[in-house]
Amino acid sequence: MATTERKPLLLDFEKPLIELESRIEQIRELAAENGVDVSEDIRQLEARAMQLRQEIFSSLSPSQKLQLARHPRRPSTLDYIQAISDEWMEMHGDRRGTDDPALVGGVAKLAGRAVVMLGHQKGRDTKDNIARNFGMASPGGYRKAIRLMEHANRFGMPILTFIDTPGALPTAEAEYKGAGEAIAYNLREMFRFEVPIICTVIGEGGSGGALGIGVGERLLMFEHSVYTVATPEACAAILWKDAAKASQAAVALKITAPDLKNLGILDQLLPEPSGGAHSDPLGAATILKQALIENLETLLQMNGQERRKMRYQKFRNLGVFTEPS
Amino acid sequence: MSLFDWFANRRKSGPISQERQERDIADGLWSKCVACGVLAYTKDLRANQMVCPECGHHVRVDSNERIRQLIDANTWQPLDESLSPTDPLQFRDRKAYSDRLRETQEKTGLIDAVQTGFGQIDKLPVALGVMDFRFMGGSMGSVVGEKITRLIERATQKRYPVIIVCASGGARMQEGMLSLMQMAKISAALECHREAQLLYIPVLTNPTTGGVTASFAMLGDIILAEPRATIGFAGRRVIEQTLREKLPEEFQTAEDLLQHGFVDAIVPRTQLKKTLAQLISLHQPVTPTHHQLLQLEAIALTSSIADSGK
Repeated sequence: MATTERKPLLLDFEKPLIELESRIEQIRELAAENGVDVSEDIRQLEARAMQLRQEIFSSLSPSQKLQLARHPRRPSTLDYIQAISDEWMEMHGDRRGTDDPALVGGVAKLAGRAVVMLGHQKGRDTKDNIARNFGMASPGGYRKAIRLMEHANRFGMPILTFIDTPGALPTAEAEYKGAGEAIAYNLREMFRFEVPIICTVIGEGGSGGALGIGVGERLLMFEHSVYTVATPEACAAILWKDAAKASQAAVALKITAPDLKNLGILDQLLPEPSGGAHSDPLGAATILKQALIENLETLLQMNGQERRKMRYQKFRNLGVFTEPS
Repeated sequence: MSLFDWFANRRKSGPISQERQERDIADGLWSKCVACGVLAYTKDLRANQMVCPECGHHVRVDSNERIRQLIDANTWQPLDESLSPTDPLQFRDRKAYSDRLRETQEKTGLIDAVQTGFGQIDKLPVALGVMDFRFMGGSMGSVVGEKITRLIERATQKRYPVIIVCASGGARMQEGMLSLMQMAKISAALECHREAQLLYIPVLTNPTTGGVTASFAMLGDIILAEPRATIGFAGRRVIEQTLREKLPEEFQTAEDLLQHGFVDAIVPRTQLKKTLAQLISLHQPVTPTHHQLLQLEAIALTSSIADSGK
């Protein structure tokens, strides 16, 4: 994971916390210059900072979570893959004429077991983001994903997918190449595979573009991630006829991990290090790795048909309606 | 009301939308085609399945009319008619979802945006689903997802072909992620139907977009479309905003998709029933006994190879 010194990137709600932390630092420096012992005061202030951090991060609103999920420093698919795997080799191309850098994947070793890992990849800076279309995958990306999953199924390797996209790429070229068809095909084929499939929302789960690699018998999600049927901005523009109502839409759409747990869509919520995954990427990776290994152990005790049935049942049960008998 | 107010109101209401015009005229004695402007006797228009006799413009039809057009008289057996939507998110935009549902149900006489059932097309049994654009833009929520899934599951049991007439703006936002999940649920049922070697034909009508395109609309063994239907995944306006340029008029039309290889044929509505009957009779299901026979043969073959290897 990159450790180079970067300009801090602050979200509004983080500001009081960062201010307090920099003040503590100032006091520490002043004390050292003047040879005064203030360690007791500093301890108290640090305790206060930790409390403040917990207060802020335990009561985030859905749109604040959305900001965190989209945080430019939030660990990406490649960050996690590199942190959790013992070996890793990226594979390229859909064998149909495209290699989409917005959806990456390859073979890896996780806790001694060969697996296929793949996911949406946002850029680490502006230039990278432009090259990777901000993590919005083209039809070629979804076709590369299914090719890798097919490979995994043939060689008996579990499939681990990482979801982090605002949505599928909305361009004319993507439409001409069958954006809808590519996603639809993945939805159907993913029900065919006998190897375990675990999907994890690591940041932003945007609509069909997320679901296109999101069919598994287990869905995990980081605490401050979101998963939504349409971006709150788009939803606000369509239903409220006012894009400025996005934060209202974010609340109404029920996009947070606890909301999705209640609806039965999410199987496991992964806690994030205090201050969010971006404040401690390695800590977040450790939590992810542990969860993946535990879930794999359970799933590997079943046979292929049982796993397929479990995947079918998971989605079969989703939906809320009434039916008078 | 003063004359000034009258003009002010008139301006506010703006030009009458195409859809509104279509509806108003369809109820009258004479119908003016929105495409070519030619007046037709409404009775003639209906007899021609709501296709303009002059220019071939396809006027939108509702699910009742569509079922009447496709299914042999007295063979329609509706399924899951009492399955009703609820408001799982307690969703409210400018209006509460529960109110919107009730009003739409009263206005359309439908419970939700799809009708499903068994019936016959030229004496051939089929499982048919018909989406209805009048019901919240044909949007797909839990009820649409469940009814279509059950239809496909029952068709797999009965070894019937499935036909779904699509007309939808996509997933229903008011049911949030539950709507998105219906895409996967229906695709799962289609996978089983496919594995049983049965035929599935989606018919894409105006419009077929968003989550419906990214699931069952594009999963047909054979995909048919009505002339000039809008079919796409991302919305035209979204793409225009991203590209900051105007897209050609042909973009995301059925004809455009045919050219790019995503539909098999564009079938005028007046030919649809005949075409479906023809396709179904060409694709008689591989009977289980025949299939089992093949499997038995395969087993016998491998064992004899194993024997000869000894």
